[in-house]
Amino acid sequence: MATRTIGRYALLTFCAVVVFLPIYVAVVIAIQPAARVVDFPGVLLPKSLTLEPFRNAMRSGNLGRYLVNSGVVTAFIVGGQVITSILAAYAFAFVQFPFKRVVFTLFLATLMVPAEATIVANYETIQHFGWLDSYQALVMPFLATAFGTFLIRQAFLGVPQDLRDASALDGYGHWGFLRGVAVPLARPAIAAFTVFSFLLAWNQYLWPLLVTNDDAHRTVQIGLKSLAGANVANLNLPAAGAVIAGLPIFFLLLFFQRHLVRGLTSGAVKG
Amino acid sequence: MASVAFEHVTKRFGDVVAVEDLDLHVDDREFLVLLGPSGCGKSTALRMIAGLEEPTEGAIRIGEHRVDGVDPKDRDLAMVFQSYALYPHKSVRQNIEFPLRSRKVPPAERTQLVQDAAGQLGLSTLLDRKPRELSGGQRQRVALARAIVRRPAVFLMDEPLSNLDANMRTATRAELVELHQRLGTTFVYVTHDQVEAMTMATRVAVMSEGSLQQLGVPQEVYDRPANVFVAQFIGSPPMNVVPGPVAAPLGVGRDDVVVGIRPEHLMIGTAGISAIVRVVESLGHERHVLCEADGHRLIVRCPAHGDAPVEGDAVHLSARPEHLHLFDASSGQRVA
Repeated sequence: MATRTIGRYALLTFCAVVVFLPIYVAVVIAIQPAARVVDFPGVLLPKSLTLEPFRNAMRSGNLGRYLVNSGVVTAFIVGGQVITSILAAYAFAFVQFPFKRVVFTLFLATLMVPAEATIVANYETIQHFGWLDSYQALVMPFLATAFGTFLIRQAFLGVPQDLRDASALDGYGHWGFLRGVAVPLARPAIAAFTVFSFLLAWNQYLWPLLVTNDDAHRTVQIGLKSLAGANVANLNLPAAGAVIAGLPIFFLLLFFQRHLVRGLTSGAVKG
Repeated sequence: MASVAFEHVTKRFGDVVAVEDLDLHVDDREFLVLLGPSGCGKSTALRMIAGLEEPTEGAIRIGEHRVDGVDPKDRDLAMVFQSYALYPHKSVRQNIEFPLRSRKVPPAERTQLVQDAAGQLGLSTLLDRKPRELSGGQRQRVALARAIVRRPAVFLMDEPLSNLDANMRTATRAELVELHQRLGTTFVYVTHDQVEAMTMATRVAVMSEGSLQQLGVPQEVYDRPANVFVAQFIGSPPMNVVPGPVAAPLGVGRDDVVVGIRPEHLMIGTAGISAIVRVVESLGHERHVLCEADGHRLIVRCPAHGDAPVEGDAVHLSARPEHLHLFDASSGQRVA
């Protein structure tokens, strides 16, 4: 028993190190002067601390503007995905219509199509609409997702039929049941999906690179790339940029942690 | 207040007939119990009144209005579910007022109605709790409060007591009867528990395999069951049923009938059907003597105290002629 516990903790410790070491390295490089960065592995034990790399990253990398762009784009993508996923999931879970299973299977099949396979078609569509270098270009192709629909549909399927019936007798149609009962009960799954959607939208790289050429619309991940091209002596600059770009995700996870754990384990344990 | 009528209603799910040609009229202010075993179609019948299922054939009326095809919310009825169907994320207050919100009842009136309903069911101190913080009995009351809060014309109840323990069930039965008298509204109540049917109903509709077997006041259904199914379904222990020839010593001179005798009407004596005592069960207030005659089981209800046979005794079982129920051997329908 004790050996098993020790083994488990050893495995968990190893996993934690694998996950946190890169973050630790980025943070300690970001908070030290450029001269210290080349002193490896001494740099891993920070001595003289400075916030100068963060100021430089914000100034020379134009990160402020990129962060705003990323924020706007992410907000629209997350909002759009959550709304369309909830509505589609509701239809698949509660509404009876012909060929529902077939349509749902086709819907799920889109999960198997890699994003890279659709990128040319999407690019041509966006170009056709004249949306290159615009927020629409960054947002529109990502407003619906089969993954979100699937995840939230599964949560909706867990809502007892009696509640649907009770709500119908209490005077609520589809919309009232969706807002008053289904969505509140599926909140853990919706929160988990929100975080997932945020991570994907915030960390997008290839698509924004393709459809934006001006600073007014470029997102923070592309800004990081330009910082990464800096002199090797200034490695603390991209590290500071990465830390800045990671902060929203850090706070998001902190905020949603409770829901996230509940969402991912819902149904796994007796509630 | 309203009556409810099934007019030759049939409900099919694919090839399965859940309810067949149901013709039943529930009077205004009546407490009608739909009684039957699992899968007999009683819940489907109730759900058709509610509008949660549509009949395949026939019509349903509430009052003067034909309601098949009408939305559940427009039928002016409320339903209490076996699971109570409380919204787990809402407080007791929010659960009770949920049907009022959809009907745009002004806030002040809503508050008053919720307090009235909660007061009637002893929930006034629990209004801010969530359903998970309540006992089974309290949840059941919240479900009732949600049903009565908007004063519907008809109450539908789908086995609302089956999740309660025995003591709570007995207490709630009496409360439901009281509630029915106080509200003066039509109740349609579904159960498989004959004790609930006997104690609460003004009339009982016994169903089996989608068909109505008998409709009548509880005592009448008990005293004169329409067929073998009803005879054996109502009563605990159930009515003894033996072929005519076995009952010949009781004066039954027909071979084309089966004979039903209630356990309390069988007497152990010196004449009658010869039987062997197999088991004697003591329930404290009475004893059940399980006998076997010609391979048929017969139960005799005896007083708890006094002489009684023991396992293995050879006995004779008799009954008075007026306590014999004769059913046609092939159709099972009552003949006398």
